[in-house]
Order: sequence, then C-alpha cells, then structure tokens
Amino acid sequence: MNKTSDNFNSSSIQSSALNSRHLIALEKLTCKEIELILETAREMKKVFIASKEGTRSVKKVPALQGRTVVMLFFEPSTRTRNSFELAAKRLSADVVSIAVSVSSTTKGESIIDTVRNLEAMACDIIVVRHKSSGVPELLSHKVRSAIVNAGDGAHEHPSQGLLDIFTLKERFGSIEGLNLLIVGDILHSRVARSDIWGLTKLGAKVTLVGPPTLVPQGLEMPGVEIQYDLDSALPSADAVMLLRIQQERMESTFFPSLREYSHRYGLNKKRLSLAKKHCVVLHPGPINRGVEIDSEIADGPRSVILDQVTNGVAVRMSILYLLAGKL
Amino acid sequence: MNEKIVIKSGRVLDPASHLDEILDVAVIDGKISEIGKSLNAEDSKVINAEGLWVCPGFVDMHVHLREPGQEDRETIASGALSAVYGGFTAVCCMPNTDPAVDSVGAVRYIIERAKSAGFAKVYPIAAITQKSEGKSLTNMASLFEEGAVAFSDDGRTVMDALIMRRAMEYARGIYTNGISAPISLHSIDENLARGGQINEGKISAILGLAGIPSCAETIAIARDIALAELTHAKVHFAHVSTKNAVQLIREAKSKGISVTAEVTPHHLALTDSELIGYDTRFKINPPLRSEEDRAALCEGLKDGTIDAIATDHAPHTQIDKDLPFDSAPFGTIGLETAVPVTYTILVKSGILSPLKWVEALSLAPCTIFNLPGGKLKVGAQADITVVDPSADFFVEPDNFKSLSKNSCFIGKKYSAKPVFTFIEGKCFSLCL
Ligand SMILES: [Zn+2]
Repeated sequence: MNKTSDNFNSSSIQSSALNSRHLIALEKLTCKEIELILETAREMKKVFIASKEGTRSVKKVPALQGRTVVMLFFEPSTRTRNSFELAAKRLSADVVSIAVSVSSTTKGESIIDTVRNLEAMACDIIVVRHKSSGVPELLSHKVRSAIVNAGDGAHEHPSQGLLDIFTLKERFGSIEGLNLLIVGDILHSRVARSDIWGLTKLGAKVTLVGPPTLVPQGLEMPGVEIQYDLDSALPSADAVMLLRIQQERMESTFFPSLREYSHRYGLNKKRLSLAKKHCVVLHPGPINRGVEIDSEIADGPRSVILDQVTNGVAVRMSILYLLAGKL
Repeated sequence: MNEKIVIKSGRVLDPASHLDEILDVAVIDGKISEIGKSLNAEDSKVINAEGLWVCPGFVDMHVHLREPGQEDRETIASGALSAVYGGFTAVCCMPNTDPAVDSVGAVRYIIERAKSAGFAKVYPIAAITQKSEGKSLTNMASLFEEGAVAFSDDGRTVMDALIMRRAMEYARGIYTNGISAPISLHSIDENLARGGQINEGKISAILGLAGIPSCAETIAIARDIALAELTHAKVHFAHVSTKNAVQLIREAKSKGISVTAEVTPHHLALTDSELIGYDTRFKINPPLRSEEDRAALCEGLKDGTIDAIATDHAPHTQIDKDLPFDSAPFGTIGLETAVPVTYTILVKSGILSPLKWVEALSLAPCTIFNLPGGKLKVGAQADITVVDPSADFFVEPDNFKSLSKNSCFIGKKYSAKPVFTFIEGKCFSLCL
C-alpha cells in the first residue's frame, strides 16, 4: 500500500504521458492515452480504497502540492464538481471553486476575460463546465493553463466517459467486443459522445437507442449502431446506460409525453430480463426514478451506478495527475 | 477633371461584348473614351497593365455596412473603402441596420453618406416589410423612387406566404425603364432552422451543435419559386447554399420563371469541415455546407443556374465573435477576399473561363438589379477593376480596410489580387 502511494509523489511524474496539455474530448485521445488514464486511475483507486478499509484515514497523495486547481462552472452541477474537487484535494492541490452566473458573462466581461483573470492569480489547471459546446476548446486556444472539460453543451464529458469505461473494465476485465446500449436523449448528450469515442477506440460496440427525434443519424460510424426499439436491442447488450430524460425536451416536441417515453424506453425489471445474465446497468446521474429507470433496477444487483460515482474520483485524480505532469 | 488615363496592354475582359483581347483602354472625364490597340498616350497618365486583367468594375450585390446603428462593426465609409480595396466599384447594402432601412429618410441617408465618403458607389436595398418583421409592407414605391435598387428582408425570411405574395405582386408594379423592382430573398425556413448553429450532418452531430438542415433552404426556395411563378415578380435568391436549391432554381429557369441567384465566395470555397475546432469565424448563415453542396454550387455557376457572385459581407467585432459558439453572431466579411478566393476556386481550377467569372462579378449583378455599369464600352462611366492574376498570398487580417476582421479566409492561400480600382475615372492604386 505504502509502495503504491509513494509512486505518486511529484518527483515521479512522467511528462511524456499525454500528448496534449488539455483534456477536451475523448475524440482527440489515442487508445494508448485512454489506457494510460485508466491504468493510472486503477492505481489511484487502490490508494483510497485501501485506506478506506480501516488501515488509516484516506491518504492524500502529494502529487499536486503547490498547484492550484480552479473549478469554473458556468452551469450548476454538484456531482461532477464535487468529484473533481475531491480528486484535486486527494492530490494535495489547492482548490478554488467559482460558480459563475451565466448572465454576468454574457454582458460585459467575456468568458476569455474571466479565465485570464483567474490565470493572473496563478492557477494551473482549470476545470470547466459550460452549457455551450466548444467553450473548453475555445479557452484552450486562448490561455496558458491546462483546461479540463467537465462537460460542454452536447459535445463531450470526457471524465464521465472515462469513468464509464473504467467501470465496465473493472466489471468485465476487457472492453473489446462488449456491446453498450446507450438509451435516451443522445442528441443532447455529451456523455453519449464521450462514451462513443472512448469505447469504440477500445474495440467495443455502442448501440444508440431512442426515439429517432433524439438519435442523430450523423453519429452512425464504425462501431456504432442505431436502433429505435429497446426491446429488440436488449438481448445483445452487455451493459445498458440510461440517459436522464429532461422535461424540456418534451415541451419542444422531441417526444409526446413522459409516459409514452417511459413506456417505450424506460428500463424496468421485465425489460431487463431480455438482456444477458451478466448485463449491467449504468446511469450518469442524476436519476429520474420511474422515468428512464425503475428504482428496483437502479438499486438492484445489476446496477453499477454507485461504482461509477466511486470510480469517478479515481479517474479524475488520474486526469489531474497526468495533466500536472505536463505543467 | 480633364486628365486622360490610358490603361496599356492589359487583357481586356468584357462579358457583354465577349471581348477577351490584349488592348488599351482610355479614360477621359470619368468616362471610357476609347478601347483599342496602341492608343495614343501622349499627355496621359499611363498605367502599364501588361499581365493584368482589365474588367468592368466589380459589383457586390449583397453586403452589410452596419450603418446606421452598429458603427463599431462597419460604417458606410469603411465598407465602401473595403469594397474599393477588394476591387469593387459598387456595392448594394442590405437594410437590416438599426433602424432597418424601411423609410425614405434611411434610403436618403445611405446615399448621402456614401457620396460624402467618395469611395465605392453604394446602392441601398430597402426592406420588404416594416422593420423586416414580415408583417406589413414598406412604402415600396416611394423607397424605390428615392433610390433603393431592390427589396429584401435579408437576415430574416418572410415566413407568411401571403405577405410574400403581396410583396412580389406589389413590386411588379414598380419599375424603371420597364423593368420591375427586384426582390432579393433570404429564403430559409425559420421554423426548421430554429436554434441551428451549423449545417446539420455528421459534423454537427459530433460537435454537439444544433443543425440547420439543408431542406430549411430548399423548402423556402421551393415556396418562393411557386410564388414567383404565380406573381411574375423579379425574384432573386440570395446566398444559395445547397445542391437541392441549385436544382430547384435550374428547373424554375427552364420553365421560364423569372428567378436569378447569387452564391458567396465562402460557400464556393469552404465546407462545414472548417467547423471542427468551433472557430466562430466559420459560423455563417446560411451555414457552410457539405462538399457535395459546394461542388453543386460551382456547377450551378458554370451552367448559368447561378448568375452572380456576392459576398454577404457581414462585419462583426472580435468581442462578439469571441462569445461561446451558440451565442456568437453569424457572418464573415468578404469584400477584400472575394476576388482572390473566387479566382482561385473557379478560374485557376478551370471551372469557369475568365470571361464567365468576370460576368458573375460585374455584368450579372448589374443586370439583375438594373444598375448602371457592368460593361466596358465607349461612353460608359469608367468603373474598372484591374486584377493581377499572378499574385499568390496568404490572407492576413492586418491588411483589411474593413473595421472588422472576422474573415473565414484568414491564413488561407489564394491567387489573384485587384491592383487598381477606377470609380468614374478616379484611380485607386491598391498595391502600394
Ligand atoms: Zn441573408
């Protein structure tokens, strides 16, 4: 245990690990880079799982000592922000959390000004969440700090994609050949896009399932299949991920009613019985119980939803650690 | 002004007379006085045009000059200067200013501002409907009498087909020299395009940006062709961007319906693959489309389905373009890059003959909007554009005369540069 954690002091950081200074999208990562993040996350998880099991309190890794990580969330999110914060703190970084109301940036100060101001206070890594696709990319061209995309519009949510892959790998040993069903609002989902890139790069198959109004044709590519009927897609699934369905999509006529949505695409016990015995259930949260997933399933033995949450911290530690190696 | 100028030994390209020969062009008192071989250049200012192309002054029938209301982006003077440096002797400005050009006073204001600037000629286009809201018609006849050359609600589509019908019918009854007032249409179904940021397709799906489907254009153009057939109005389609729209216009023309069309340099040169990277300089409406669409636009120009090239010059400040992608405004500037971009894409590649290219930039827009110019002929006003087809260069924002730098061509390499622009005989030398 001690040996493991000692691997993560700042002197052993390998600077050649990731190709880019930023983590914007899984689309841009190579297979090797994804494997490296997952491998590092596995080591990170060992550190805090071991300490949780009673030998001592959670041990901090000194890797980011003296570094400042800023949480810049232009869109409310407790889950992802807490996970990144915890990850940064476990790496001994100084953490600053900034919640920016959207209105204060659309008028007057531009988003680039906001970030340059933060940089003037000497921050090293900026974790950004924004409702508009492309904002982390925009910032990465304009600033010196490392940018970590914590979700941008309907583009990508790379740390979520990585933790999903991590969770599947933990469960199945290997990603290659698995078939993950992603069910629901693919059109507006950054999680779906990150999962698609990450999983297909590692040799898995992704099946997108939902009403055609919410599944864009443009995402059909090698390793990705589109299906509109959940019941006929389930038998070939190794894992099913339900996406949160939002009321506002119904109001803009992507589907007629929550009831009809749930009737066709909600995961209940009966439906899950169509899948293979080993099929697991994922959800990026927060869950709409009774809409896209029944409580019985969410809390049941096939659910790995809480594993995803635990693994999220390990994956984010790995991301911050590897990016700090490039500072 | 009694000065005589002789433009010596240039390749004179006049599409109206199918002239393509090495000749001299003489200018006296702002008019073309002679076109011929070895003209007498005694007591004249001589411009050596060896290796250069001498063309009728280029006319851009679709620009946004932002004055009145948004003078931090462009003014009538800065836009008219930008036009001169792009090789344009005249431009037609769209009425979506603040306030919109829906009043006689606004038309007069633009004409006066352009006159006092003294650069390229500026012809105002007036709004079809009040405030371009698509509800009630402007005083079209009065606006036309005051000097508006055409009508458009550009930036918006008149979504109510009945209002559009009335506008077309009414415009038929307004004319000069027996030619009805033209209507320039921005035809994009606003409901289908609602919220859209870029072309709908693989790239919008991957980037997670809302798409504008190409059928938003074809549906609106199909409707407007049907209305043109019904009303016999003189209908012009602005910035056509899709393969299917080109086909609709081709069929309409073959049926004898009175429609014309323009295409922008950016739709001829670029596709939505430029959007990878979320650079808002490429956020344009109608959006950059697929390679298939781009090729169809070139083909449309070649076979005469598309008549003219127009820039849709749309200046925006850096502050506005630095916004998150979905908040940033649509548009690219284009006046100072149109000549090199279209020469490179169309002429250098062999798609269009030099004469046909010159026609799309001069004679065609003049014919569609019934403007003076577009021809090199003795007695005509000396609006002349001289182009050096041998220049090779990278587009750099620092060289722009436009107040805005939001060009989608920055950093790209093109050939051909305008080197002299003559406006009623007044010579602007662009390369020194
Ligand atoms: Zn327009």
